[in-house]
Amino acid sequence: MNAAGDPTSETRGAEASLAKRTENPAVRILTRRHRLRWWEALPWITAIVSYFAFPDYLGFGAELLVTILFALSLDLALGYAGIITLGHAAFFGAGAYTVGMLAYYGIWSEPITSLALAALAAAVIGALSGLVLLRTKGLTLLMLTLCTMALLEQAANMGHDYTGGFDGLPSLAIAPVFGVFEFNPLYADTQFLYALGVLLICFAFVRTLVYSSFGQSLTGIRENVLRMHAIGSPVRRRLVICYTISAALAGIAGGLWAQTNAYVNLSTLGLDRAATVLIVLILGGYGRLYGAFVGAVVYLALEHFLAQIYPTAWQLGLGLVLVVIALFARNGILGLAEVLWRRWRDSLSRRKRAERTAS
Amino acid sequence: MTEVRLETRALSRYFGALMAVQGVDFKLDAGARHALIGPNGAGKTTFINLLTGVLPPTDGHVLLGGRDITDKAQAERVKLGIARTFQINRLFRGLSVLENVCISVAERAGAAGSMLYPAGRRTDVIDESMHLLQTLKLADDAGHRVSELPYGRQRLVELAITIGLKPEVLLLDEPAAGVPSAESHIILDAIERLPEHIAVLIIEHDMDVVFRFAKRVTVMVGGAVFAEGTPREIETNPEVRAVYLGQAGQRSDQGPKNA
Repeated sequence: MNAAGDPTSETRGAEASLAKRTENPAVRILTRRHRLRWWEALPWITAIVSYFAFPDYLGFGAELLVTILFALSLDLALGYAGIITLGHAAFFGAGAYTVGMLAYYGIWSEPITSLALAALAAAVIGALSGLVLLRTKGLTLLMLTLCTMALLEQAANMGHDYTGGFDGLPSLAIAPVFGVFEFNPLYADTQFLYALGVLLICFAFVRTLVYSSFGQSLTGIRENVLRMHAIGSPVRRRLVICYTISAALAGIAGGLWAQTNAYVNLSTLGLDRAATVLIVLILGGYGRLYGAFVGAVVYLALEHFLAQIYPTAWQLGLGLVLVVIALFARNGILGLAEVLWRRWRDSLSRRKRAERTAS
Repeated sequence: MTEVRLETRALSRYFGALMAVQGVDFKLDAGARHALIGPNGAGKTTFINLLTGVLPPTDGHVLLGGRDITDKAQAERVKLGIARTFQINRLFRGLSVLENVCISVAERAGAAGSMLYPAGRRTDVIDESMHLLQTLKLADDAGHRVSELPYGRQRLVELAITIGLKPEVLLLDEPAAGVPSAESHIILDAIERLPEHIAVLIIEHDMDVVFRFAKRVTVMVGGAVFAEGTPREIETNPEVRAVYLGQAGQRSDQGPKNA
């Protein structure tokens, strides 16, 4: 507190100035940002309502939840810490194959501990690759993340004695959740609720993380890494930790995918998946937690319904939507919504002020 | 005699054949108000980069309070109390002014590694940051995005982030650079109000600023110390005048960048 302060103002009652400081709107925003808001319950209410309202779509719903979790893991690395990656499916696949191989060879099939192991496997790969990768940035980093993923994909392809190679591992027998709720391949109610629970826990963790001082420093790294060095921040360590956590969450998403689909194959490690999750996040809006939710819903809904209407050319529609988003909503759908909301609120307060001066 | 805070011994840095800094012996006293001047390319910014550990020296030593810190990385030197500002703003442009300072204060206070405790509940960090903004007369801008501020105010934020580290040694690289002269007084006022115990080294081109602020002046030319003394001595030194009029400054034009 001794920074550049003139002594008179400090002795003149620190309490008064403290109260004045907390009145400042900037302080209020900062001290309240981590608090839960009412609308944050909406995604979960929607999920529960959908569970009862659309029983025929539960398989689709479980896939959606897995995609949200995967996009959320990417948001932590890309949206918050600014780690440019095109290889995030490496960790998704690592998680999926961990769960898949353990279940296929009858080693371990309890779902929740399997997910923990999937997270561990992905985290180890994330930490090891991150220690090397995160010395680079920009295009080099992008290429190296891509290479890591390609390496894993090739390893899974060539190790077909263990991984099933190109065909993958079919018909995984996953033990019931809590020993009670069985996964039914024909009716995905257990899968849906299980995925929802896992997502809720992971989301609560990510939310805590991004609003912590650690999360704030990640934002600092994204905004200006040279300044972070200059204020004495251990930048590389923070990045590796963030990347490892992000990898672990992607691993959980992959494990969940393997469990809910009861198989794994090379598609879990492919560029297609890595690119799709990136598109999902950009579509929804990165660096804002709920972008993953909005992006996944919009992307999968578009894919689903466009494929029904135009079975041969549905990707064209998706492409057009992406072009529009890239041109007019740089910060995704949520970014666009925020801009519109601000504009509406400003014009409303302006009109009120005008009315008051008129009367 | 006052205590020496920061010292360099025969400090050199070569970029290939270019001797950006050569054999500089320099002392910065505790609580000093010291200016480093010299023509463009004299090696001033390279010198700052050597002091902060951004660049490793080709030769020589840096000592802080008598302790050799030549091998210490940038982050460690910040923890030991050496902080700097940049000639060109390096701010978290998308964040609010208050957040910019909070990130720095949280880092110094050791809060920035904590993952599960909300940053918004570190009221000690927020309060200290807000207090700092008040002393710099930035409190009204606290909620504004840095990128929305006029340049002069951005320079103040640059200063605030650095003061938030509570440094013992403060290196200011042209703090008023790029600021319209109508606004530059707010920067100078802020610098003049810095706590007395901080040792301040300022790189500056504007001689009015130098003579208003500094008690001691070092002139660098071509990577070496050319002259050192009180502002009065420097002002009346005919050789220094000659350098500033350009006759002796030709060597320095080969400098690596606008240093």
